[in-house]
Amino acid sequence: MAFDSLSDRLQSVFQKLRGRGKLSEADVNEALREVRLALLEADVNFKVVKDFINRVKEKAVGDEVLASLTPAQHVIKIVHDELTELMGGTQSKLMVASKPPTVIMLVGLQGAGKTTTAGKLGALLKKQNKRPLMVAGDIYRPAAIQQLQVLGQQLDIPVFTMGDKVSPVEIAQSAIAEAVRTGRDTVIIDTAGRLHINEVLMDELKAVKATVKPHEILLVVDAMTGQDAVAVAEAFHRELGIDGLIVTKLDGDARGGAALSVKAVTGRPIKFVGMGEKLDALEPFHPDRMASRILGMGDMLTLIEKAQAAFDAGKAEELERKLRKDEFTLEQFLEQLQQIKKLGSLESILGMLPGMGQLKKLQDVKIDEKEMAHVEAIIQSMTKEERRNPSILNGSRRKRIAQGSGTRVQDVNRLLKQFEESRKMMKKMKDLQKLTKKGGFKLPF
Amino acid sequence: MAFFERLRAGLDKTRKNFTDKIAALVSGSAAINEDFYEELEALLVMADVGVNTTGKLIEAIRAAVKRREVTEPDQVLPFLRAYVSERLGEGVARTKISGTPTVILVVGVNGVGKTTTIGKLGHYYSLLGYKVMFAAADTFRAAAADQLAIWGERAKATVVRQAEGSDPAAVVFDALQSAKAKQADILFIDTAGRLQNKANLMEELRKIHRVIKREIPDAPHETLLVLDATTGQNALNQAKVFQEVADVSGVVLTKLDGTAKGGIVVAIKEEIGIPVKWIGVGEGVMDFRPFEPEEFVKALFDKE
Repeated sequence: MAFDSLSDRLQSVFQKLRGRGKLSEADVNEALREVRLALLEADVNFKVVKDFINRVKEKAVGDEVLASLTPAQHVIKIVHDELTELMGGTQSKLMVASKPPTVIMLVGLQGAGKTTTAGKLGALLKKQNKRPLMVAGDIYRPAAIQQLQVLGQQLDIPVFTMGDKVSPVEIAQSAIAEAVRTGRDTVIIDTAGRLHINEVLMDELKAVKATVKPHEILLVVDAMTGQDAVAVAEAFHRELGIDGLIVTKLDGDARGGAALSVKAVTGRPIKFVGMGEKLDALEPFHPDRMASRILGMGDMLTLIEKAQAAFDAGKAEELERKLRKDEFTLEQFLEQLQQIKKLGSLESILGMLPGMGQLKKLQDVKIDEKEMAHVEAIIQSMTKEERRNPSILNGSRRKRIAQGSGTRVQDVNRLLKQFEESRKMMKKMKDLQKLTKKGGFKLPF
Repeated sequence: MAFFERLRAGLDKTRKNFTDKIAALVSGSAAINEDFYEELEALLVMADVGVNTTGKLIEAIRAAVKRREVTEPDQVLPFLRAYVSERLGEGVARTKISGTPTVILVVGVNGVGKTTTIGKLGHYYSLLGYKVMFAAADTFRAAAADQLAIWGERAKATVVRQAEGSDPAAVVFDALQSAKAKQADILFIDTAGRLQNKANLMEELRKIHRVIKREIPDAPHETLLVLDATTGQNALNQAKVFQEVADVSGVVLTKLDGTAKGGIVVAIKEEIGIPVKWIGVGEGVMDFRPFEPEEFVKALFDKE
């Protein structure tokens, strides 16, 4: 099916392989044909796919794999490793100039999300105790300057503008002087969206580059881009010499093949990914984790990091203790729901758990603000005994709770179901913790 | 035929890229064999036609070869052209401007060019003598209403707006009342970009749609989904979900002036059945065209 996610698709391929004790060369070829289709449907560039499949094939049909007792795992591991490699190996950080200010220039097509990304990058740097200055260098799009100014106000980051009548080169130059004068250590230059084949506008970027000599030129790429992503990235790289990429809108359901391809053709790393509309939704890019996510192996490391940032350490310990003793009750569930809200949407959290990609029932565990209030009311309408031991909740108790909380019995039922799901999720987290403590993060198969 | 000239000018890059390759392929092949199909598949996939639709097109060619309708490599291109344009042509009807006001709801994911599209279309209808009004229902993105207001000036359209962060459905309600009171002919509703997998935002859109229907029962008279031509297979998901939520009646395909090949149009028509109505070929106020399947495909496939 065209609408299956890449990860679902690959999982079903490997499910078939897993069922086999031994693999013939034909088996491997068959699986790789599926991988090829899945990658193409995910918008990975045609040529990149071709190279990728050839590389995997070379490794996968070697004697070692075919003779292995668990050949399927071998093949999956090869695909995973190659996928990680394709996306850039290790995480890549922002350059910092030895003599401030560090100058970062954002470039890209129209609508890729440069202005929003400028704001997000500013927010991220500010959080790291940097003193960014955002520069409104898009003098063409109506209200682009206002947009950056509004973001600046929201984030309390100064925005440098000279209106839309001054050339971007002059704006950039004056902005650097302003940064030096006001003691700003990072300058983020927003530029107008432009087509890579527009020579006049590309020349303008070259002039800006020549004048301010940015330490980082980052190409902003929409995750939904199709086969053309490669042509765009190649052209920007050829004309400007980009240093890295930011992939935006990865919180959508695009399978993100563009992200896979751009690294391959430019040789430049993906440094950040945009994961949401909020201004804090810019994350460092981890190729290995992304490869795991695509293959449906979950992204536990990101989840753990997020949890560590959001959870109160004392409470987390208490929770862990309770989990171990299997004392996770509805009361803690309520507390958890409130904590989890800080992690981001439940869907995104579940997406990071191994195997959860296949869970189509995610609709059931969606929470919003209003529902949270209902949940609170429902749990508070229970007796202590009921909260500790939900299994005693028979029909009449449920009816009473519904009446007490001003909800319907279905709502109570749904909550109990969510609670069960949540319990399972906590268990998974616990198992994983054991795994990581044992030393080394192993592939879960 | 200035229009076709301009359509061609706009699509020049698109066509050159695509047909040069097909022409090279055809002239370099002595026979229609498996290598030929494989090459053809590569070209179609690289044009963002998609694996599924490419498969169907190749099947159609194979069938034609079997029927001996196509026997030589150089007959493949004309066959493909006729086949694709016929399928793209189904269901393309112009927006009827009737009743007061005609409501056109414009939806899509972030950054596809919704506001710019409204600016251009509004300007076009203004020139035709219609009284045009814009509703700034993107109350989320910073300065979105300012952007629409600037287009409003260019298009001589009144812009109805509220403060940033206010309820978009309330803006729409206001705009509908205002359009009725001021007897506007056409009301364009600009909505915030939303990724189709964001349930809350899609619910918000459903509400907007509901408010429109409640105030004017046969509205929206047109719901245009704006798609970026550089978008890959995800455009299919977009079309599917937006159609379910807002009953999309047509697609506006923007940014066709780049090197993106626009093949996604074929896939969308094949798999979702939504016709393309307009195409955007630049940032200028005149840089858009009605979608003409014949001309579009001709421009896309022609060897010149």
